[in-house]
Amino acid sequence: MRMTTDDRSLGLAAAGGDAAAFAALLERHYDRMFGLAYRLTGQQAEAEDLTQDICAALPSKIRAYRGDAAFGTWLYRVTVNAAHDRRRRHATHAKAAKGWGDWEVNRQAVKSEAAAAQDWMQTAMMSLPDTLRDTLALVLDDLNHAEVGAVLGISEGTVSWRVSEAKKHLRALKGKETT
Amino acid sequence: MTDDLDDLRAAMKAATPAPDTKAKGENIALARKNFATLQGSGDAARPKSNRIWTGVKTMLSPLTTRGGRGGLVASTALIAIGFIALNPQLLEFGAQPEAVTLPVNVGQEPIEMQADDQFNGAVVLEEAPPATTLATPKATSQRLNRSAEAYDWPEVRIYPQPAPRPSIVLPEGDAVATAPAMERDTEAFPDAAANPLKITSEEPVSTFSIDVDTASYAVVRNSLMSGVLPPRGAVRAEEMINYFPYAYPVPEGDVPFQPTVTVAETPWNSDTQLVHIGLQGAEITERPPLNLVFLIDTSGSMQAANKLPLLKQSFRLMLAQLRPEDEVSIVAYAGSAGQVLEPTPAGERSTILAALERLEAGGGTAGQAGLQQAYQVAEDMNAEGEVSRVILATDGDFNVGLSDPAALEDFIADKRESGTYLSVLGFGRGNLDDATMQALAQNGNGQAAYIDTLSEAQKVLVDQLTGALFSIANDVKVQVEFNPARIAEYRLIGYETRALRREDFNNDRVDAGDIGAGHTVTAIYEVTPVGSGAVMADPLRYGDAVPGDPDGEIGFLKMRYKAPDEDVSQLIETALPEASSLSGEAQFAVAIAGFAQLLRGESALLDWDYADAIAMANGAKGDDPFGYRAEAVSLMRLAQSLSE
Repeated sequence: MRMTTDDRSLGLAAAGGDAAAFAALLERHYDRMFGLAYRLTGQQAEAEDLTQDICAALPSKIRAYRGDAAFGTWLYRVTVNAAHDRRRRHATHAKAAKGWGDWEVNRQAVKSEAAAAQDWMQTAMMSLPDTLRDTLALVLDDLNHAEVGAVLGISEGTVSWRVSEAKKHLRALKGKETT
Repeated sequence: MTDDLDDLRAAMKAATPAPDTKAKGENIALARKNFATLQGSGDAARPKSNRIWTGVKTMLSPLTTRGGRGGLVASTALIAIGFIALNPQLLEFGAQPEAVTLPVNVGQEPIEMQADDQFNGAVVLEEAPPATTLATPKATSQRLNRSAEAYDWPEVRIYPQPAPRPSIVLPEGDAVATAPAMERDTEAFPDAAANPLKITSEEPVSTFSIDVDTASYAVVRNSLMSGVLPPRGAVRAEEMINYFPYAYPVPEGDVPFQPTVTVAETPWNSDTQLVHIGLQGAEITERPPLNLVFLIDTSGSMQAANKLPLLKQSFRLMLAQLRPEDEVSIVAYAGSAGQVLEPTPAGERSTILAALERLEAGGGTAGQAGLQQAYQVAEDMNAEGEVSRVILATDGDFNVGLSDPAALEDFIADKRESGTYLSVLGFGRGNLDDATMQALAQNGNGQAAYIDTLSEAQKVLVDQLTGALFSIANDVKVQVEFNPARIAEYRLIGYETRALRREDFNNDRVDAGDIGAGHTVTAIYEVTPVGSGAVMADPLRYGDAVPGDPDGEIGFLKMRYKAPDEDVSQLIETALPEASSLSGEAQFAVAIAGFAQLLRGESALLDWDYADAIAMANGAKGDDPFGYRAEAVSLMRLAQSLSE
């Protein structure tokens, strides 16, 4: 999360209506945004839909960017919120309730050995409650706990607690696997 | 166990696919197109039919350009079309809801200018003639002007659902940008622009509904206490003023409330005057038995200490205020769903407290029809001569079975007609949906209060419980007609979300706010006398002579109210008096009005600042038995240092 001042001023320019700044920012951050979307949803298709949602809404959202937070933090925040929205919608329809769902796990399982590590990851991520998974998705993105806290709007302590909870979950899962 | 995380991190790195290049290109193009559309959209709204078509195109193009998931695309698109046909005005898809945060230079420039100066050829406008891309967001600001229901749903998004309904969506990004330190993700505040200055000769009559909500003040306090200036939309002058009890002259005889009108020089502008209207509701000595149904949000987000636990404590405080003949029932939604407590006499404290203790936050699924169930319970409890009220306690997740805000309001309004009212208690910050809270309470003839501390619970649920639960005058509307020969211009401070149409004043079917027992309600106009140096608008060169009587009174106040259980309104009339000086109580109200306007950054205050507000409020604290006013002064100090 090393966002340069350059990002911030580009963000402010975009908020003020500068289309070139907006385009430059989006180019720069698209891949990371997509990466996070993938970690949050667990499926490439979902991640692409989510990224599309964000791209469609970003022009109106960026007007609210005032440079108080680093642009990357701000964008991650938008991404996490969009993922929540999406999850909530899905939950309402009781379809594809979880991104890390059975379908994906089965599909990955068929892809067999090469995906063994990924399988474990799928299962591990799937087993976590939403809040822990979101937190972990950000931690795995090499953000430190303070930065994750800024994105999620929670304290650093809460992030650390969530990470240790997540580890507990994973430990339990490993225990189950090995027995 | 860092091993686990390292494993996971490595696996995640390996698993994270590169974004699809084609999709990436398309998505970025979409974002740039939307950006261009938005930037060019500040101009005048065009005829609706055009706007719909532009909207359809904007909406469908991202959907139809995607390959690979044909089935999903097709169904989404179809539903979207059906939805448009049903409800054209919901088309502000992706429109900018925060009209007031628009950078000034954006909305006013014609798009050609921007294409030349800023876009530098980098952006190809897909919608060829600039004029066709101009419309979308303007409609949002127009909606701000709907008078009878002038609050504004923050943003409407279209979801591919079998029964398409708009949902309330938050300005997420905004939250982080303004207050990174605070837990605020999905808050939504109505963002009504301040009431504009009106020219008396053009629009001599001002009509509004009273407002007894207090939520705005508590939200402002919470923001300031966390070291952040509150979002502009969260500051509603009338709710801040009406947060405080005032000792206005009490009504005599049978009238339920007594208006007191004072006209005096404006503290922030010696060339204008303030018309201060104070309504004092009568106290009631005997009250009918009360049936309370608590509808409690037990979704996972309520877990925080300032939500469900605070709610339980507040509830305990309130229980002591109830009488043995009152009855209490609890319905929970999400988490522990359903009727948690059968209707129980308030005397059986231990039963009620035990049920309360059992409430646990958890789960994200909405309890189906939580609200319907609460109303059903309330209706079953109701007996002749009793008062029934549903009290919704939530942190903002209003997913209570009816997900369409309009249908929800209709439902509540319908129940209001049948005699069951609704009050809303907001807890915690984070996804507090202030706009919805307000709208629901307004439609349910109830109060919207925001509880952030136990002392606020004490105020709302103990000190002012009778007022909050027993209304003595319903649908109270205020109409002031100014004499154009005496008053050149006027401006109502606050009540932006409570404006009524002139003709609604006499229409008893139009709903308005209620005064509770012992409540005080204050409204303040800033008026500019004819001939004053502060008159903003020049007289018309070709206009007729200004009508009105230069020797008459400055204006006339009319109020309508309905006695509880009556359908026909009664009228109270009084002429506005000549200028004198403000009472101490009125001075405090004016100081708060000034404070609210400072927080909103309004220009009408000239160089009057926080120091002036503090001095004025300090000088008018009066008895202040509960310490509310002292607290307000310390909030002003906080705001003063935060704004420097």
